[in-house]
Amino acid sequence: MQTISLASLQPGEQATIRAINAEEGLFQRLTALGFRIGKRIELVRRARFAGPLHVRIGSTDIVLRETEARRIQIADTLRP
Amino acid sequence: MKRIALLGMPNTGKSTLFNRISGASARVGNWPGITVDLMSAKILLGGHIAELVDLPGIYDLHGFSDDELVVRHFLENNEIDLVILVLNTSQLDRQLSLGLQVRNLGLPTVLMLNMADEAKRSGISIDRESMSTQLGMPIALVSAKYGDGFKEALQIAAETLNKSSHPAPENLRAQLSSDDRIEHEMELIMKASVQMPLHLTDALTARIDRIVLHPWLGLPLFFAALYLLFQFIFTAGKPLQDGIAWILGYVRGGMLEPLLASAPPWLHGLLLDGIYNGVGTVAAFVPLIVLFFLVMTMVEDSGYLSRAAFLTDALMAKMGLDGRGFVMLLMGFGCNVPALMGTRVMRSRPLRLLTMLVIPFSLCSARLQVFVFMAAALFTPHQAPLVLFALYLMSFVATFITALLFKGQFRSNEPFLLELPPYRFPTPRQIALRGWHEVSHFLRRATKFIVAGVVLVWALTNFPSDVPPASPYTFAGMIGDALAPVLTPIGIDGKLAIALIFGFVAKEIVIGSLAVIYGLSGDPLMQLMAQKLDWVQGMSFMLFTLIYTPCLSTIATMRSESRSNAFMWFSIAWSLLLAWAASFVFYQGARALGF
Repeated sequence: MQTISLASLQPGEQATIRAINAEEGLFQRLTALGFRIGKRIELVRRARFAGPLHVRIGSTDIVLRETEARRIQIADTLRP
Repeated sequence: MKRIALLGMPNTGKSTLFNRISGASARVGNWPGITVDLMSAKILLGGHIAELVDLPGIYDLHGFSDDELVVRHFLENNEIDLVILVLNTSQLDRQLSLGLQVRNLGLPTVLMLNMADEAKRSGISIDRESMSTQLGMPIALVSAKYGDGFKEALQIAAETLNKSSHPAPENLRAQLSSDDRIEHEMELIMKASVQMPLHLTDALTARIDRIVLHPWLGLPLFFAALYLLFQFIFTAGKPLQDGIAWILGYVRGGMLEPLLASAPPWLHGLLLDGIYNGVGTVAAFVPLIVLFFLVMTMVEDSGYLSRAAFLTDALMAKMGLDGRGFVMLLMGFGCNVPALMGTRVMRSRPLRLLTMLVIPFSLCSARLQVFVFMAAALFTPHQAPLVLFALYLMSFVATFITALLFKGQFRSNEPFLLELPPYRFPTPRQIALRGWHEVSHFLRRATKFIVAGVVLVWALTNFPSDVPPASPYTFAGMIGDALAPVLTPIGIDGKLAIALIFGFVAKEIVIGSLAVIYGLSGDPLMQLMAQKLDWVQGMSFMLFTLIYTPCLSTIATMRSESRSNAFMWFSIAWSLLLAWAASFVFYQGARALGF
């Protein structure tokens, strides 16, 4: 199964989280915000000029930078 | 006395619940094991007097953020009779993990599911019995904002408190370091007792976001909204400010002057010109501060600030700051003090300090008064608006230079992870309580500092007592002379130097002090200044005024918010250095070009 990072998702696309490559502190925060392996995640929009990503997991909307998004591996991308 | 800890994730309405339980009786206190202030209040619950402590909002008991450490240290070092855990009902699917972690601590706990009304509207239904059995703790459904279910919740809390026997803090330590199987158990409980619609999209929030966060319209809309906000604050705040100034003047002229007429001149001067005028300057700030926080509370609780941070983060990241820092800079255009306080939302200390370092360069309303006055005196009506615009640009340039220079020293390891909460509308009660709390806090700190500051400035300009006040022969005048080698290269003479010294207390005093120094006011003062100064000197003076330390209130806030004298002094020294350098480059450059 091919995995890519969350940062390569296009607005409107959904995918499943496959792995989170983060050190303890960041991992805890991501987990607490709902980033868990197996969860569906949607990229809602991106800010201009390589700005942060707006994603949705379940009922929670989250903003994160591309640096953090690259640590999250996804698969099963579903295009709208 | 019993001790109750209020615990919950950010954005759950925990503070609203705290305010509802405590009324407005909260105070700030220090606690063993932790270095930050926590809000606490004495309340009557189930026949006991209990102390309710509002712990910082956290996502996780085992995390490593500053807030999470604070909570852990608090639990490890203080005996706790009851934990009131607040979770957001609509987000139980991920917040329940904190519930399980707290249960594992073995402390008597009541779970309050907040925003139950909102959850019900979004189609979430909760089987309270089943959930309570599985979690092993009583559960209350509440709406902290509207007070629904509040009485019953307190009743349940009182019963739990009466039954409670708390484990010793040292036993908690072991518990706090172990965390397993929570994930699995969470799923079981969710399945058995909570029904959630699969795709809970708050349609209205999504629709507003589509416009507000639009790739091209987002930023222009943001600035338009901001402009309107400041317009509102100052249009509504100006008459109030003038009103207080009028009252203060009336009290002085009508009551205090006659009362102190027979007092010795030095006492008369100290009390009226020193303390009364100085504290009055702070008092005149109050309406603005009130309005600012009322508007701020509305904007903050609406969920829009997180959106503004999203829009500007790309630019700010290049300067070592983040999107929230930009929001604070804009708040600083009103007044630097609330903007500094606003940095409390930042979790990482280096990031917060860097943001606090740049906020004082925001051209606040007090400095604007000086610039409007000087520009009117030294420039034509056509040029004056351009001068003001140039100063606003300089304000940003100073911010950028500072952030770029120091971002290496304040490197933040904090990832930019921000929750976008659904849009909400705060209730009037919420706004009023929050506004009042911030204002009283501001006043308590500012008055103490201002009194000391104005007494010192008054003394400098009135001693030795056998020379005319504020003349070159007073201590202030001597300081002006002493500073001449530093200030002459930037075109600032001894008289302007005295005004700059006054400006340390508050920029409003600058114009007043110029009036005292030149012995004139209004139009004649402007004409005299136009004779004594050319525009290059005036501009250099304005640049210096823009960049150097804004006022004592800002310094005091800087110290109390950073809890570091060293940082406060660093900020003062850097702003003075940058102010001098900017004025020097401008003044010498303009002179070299023949102006």
